[in-house]
Amino acid sequence: MRIQFERDACQGHNRCYLLAPEIFDVDDEGYAVLRIDGDLPPELEEKGRLAADNCPEYAITVID
Amino acid sequence: MSSSAEQPPPGGPRAGFAPRLDQDEVDLDQPITPAGQHPPVQDWDTDFDHTVTEYAQNAPEVWRHYRESCPVAHTERFGGAWFPARHSDVEAIAHDTDHFSSRGVIVNDLGFRGQAPVGFAPPITSDPPFHQIARKLLLGPFSPKAVAALEPAARETCRSLLRDTIAAAEGSGGIVDAAQSYSQHIPVRVIARMLGLPESDGEVFRKFIHRILEKPGQVAVAPDDTMAAYLETAILERIAEPRDDLISYLAHADVDGVPLTPDHVFGSIALLLIAGIDTTWSAIGSSLWHLAQNPEHHERLRNDPEVWPFAIEEFLRYYAPVTMARVVEEPVTVNGAEMDPGDWVLLPFPSANRDSEAFDDAEEFVIDRKRNRHAAFGLGIHRCAGSNLARMELRVALKEWVDAVESFELASDDPDAVRWATGQVRGPRELPVRILAATAPEPT
Ligand code: HEM
Ligand code: SF4
Repeated sequence: MRIQFERDACQGHNRCYLLAPEIFDVDDEGYAVLRIDGDLPPELEEKGRLAADNCPEYAITVID
Repeated sequence: MSSSAEQPPPGGPRAGFAPRLDQDEVDLDQPITPAGQHPPVQDWDTDFDHTVTEYAQNAPEVWRHYRESCPVAHTERFGGAWFPARHSDVEAIAHDTDHFSSRGVIVNDLGFRGQAPVGFAPPITSDPPFHQIARKLLLGPFSPKAVAALEPAARETCRSLLRDTIAAAEGSGGIVDAAQSYSQHIPVRVIARMLGLPESDGEVFRKFIHRILEKPGQVAVAPDDTMAAYLETAILERIAEPRDDLISYLAHADVDGVPLTPDHVFGSIALLLIAGIDTTWSAIGSSLWHLAQNPEHHERLRNDPEVWPFAIEEFLRYYAPVTMARVVEEPVTVNGAEMDPGDWVLLPFPSANRDSEAFDDAEEFVIDRKRNRHAAFGLGIHRCAGSNLARMELRVALKEWVDAVESFELASDDPDAVRWATGQVRGPRELPVRILAATAPEPT
């Protein structure tokens, strides 16, 4: 499973950073930065789904 | 829209700073002849009014009725305004900056709409492309990492308020007003510290904000009693001698070497003062109102640290305080409603957050809700710039309350004992509770 992050859709709600800091960082303006480009380690998969399910702008997609 | 992406923002010399609006603009904070209190609503579908008490006390029922059967209400009041209640309509409008301008975000009697693309209080009243320039200036100081540094002081503020509140309760059979003695002071003190204004001026800030947000254009204002007069003094002092605060930062900020215009500096500072206080006060107050009536949720928060991240977002979803507005720029149809240029459109994020098309069990408060794309902080380019700060304040305020107050309830069974704010920011302004058991927190 991996994460697809669309920077143009991100408005910096920071829900992903709060729920899955292992997967998302924030830049100095508060926009998300994806930290893991390829496959997620299994123990982070649930957090990846949580982040996707809570992004109000649909900027995060889970690809199985 | 007149400016283009290449154009530098309008700049101006800082000397002779005198924030003043164009002659034909009306500022809600300027001396005016008030339009007065509004008559009762005749029909909520065709004559709605969000500034009357009946709305404030019953808003969730009004929204439910609209979502299920209206779904876009209208009123001739305020010069003509619409109320699209469904999530899909709110989301579409928030993302459509071509048809809907932010030059007016508070629906009012005077018809005040600013000049696109800058507006009275950038960036909230700005449209693209200027919006992004004004917004960028604010994002740094309000980023998650910058806000984390403010948390210890916010916690100490909450603890000191709780000590006073618990002491007051001991002398009054446990009865205190949680809104007046606790929730209202937290955002005031936090933002006052950030801006560099005296925390003791909270009463003054709340007066300005009440006139602008709760009864827009309905209250008389004396010429020397305006927010403009108050802030002008503070800005001039910092132009002369910068300090380590946000007013100094904005007064001396530039974009590509061009200083901000005085109106921009004033507008952004006014915005930070207005946008952060009643909103956060409302979110904390509504959450306490909920906990007073749902002891099982109070218990859960006291015992389950894992539930907190979900609970905070559920408080924000279910009790979202802020409804924004837009001005129609070009003819457009929304869910059958034909809107004309100049019409007001409310953006009721609180109603969108309770739409069953967008959320499972939307009308239920689910403390550990796992899928929660709520829109309490808006959607699209105007996403609340203060959301990280607001979230931190809400979390710290509730954590400190829940830790100190072991048990409490509403002081009265009469729903009208709790007074909800009228206007576009909704939360309890009077919240009498009875504290049944509490331990005052130690200073940190
Ligand atoms: C729970 C508390 C809060 C809520 C629910 C809230 C809600 C909102 C919403 C819905 C918007 C979008 C406006 C629009 O679409 O036109 C907004 C914008 C904004 N808010 Fe907040 N807000 C809160 C607290 C704060 C705080 C504490 C601050 C900072 C002191 C703040 C500063 C701003 C600013 C500067 C904007 C304009 C952003 C832009 O236009 O780009 N807010 N807020
Ligand atoms: S939750 Fe979505 S919008 Fe918010 S920072 Fe993450 S990706 Fe961006």
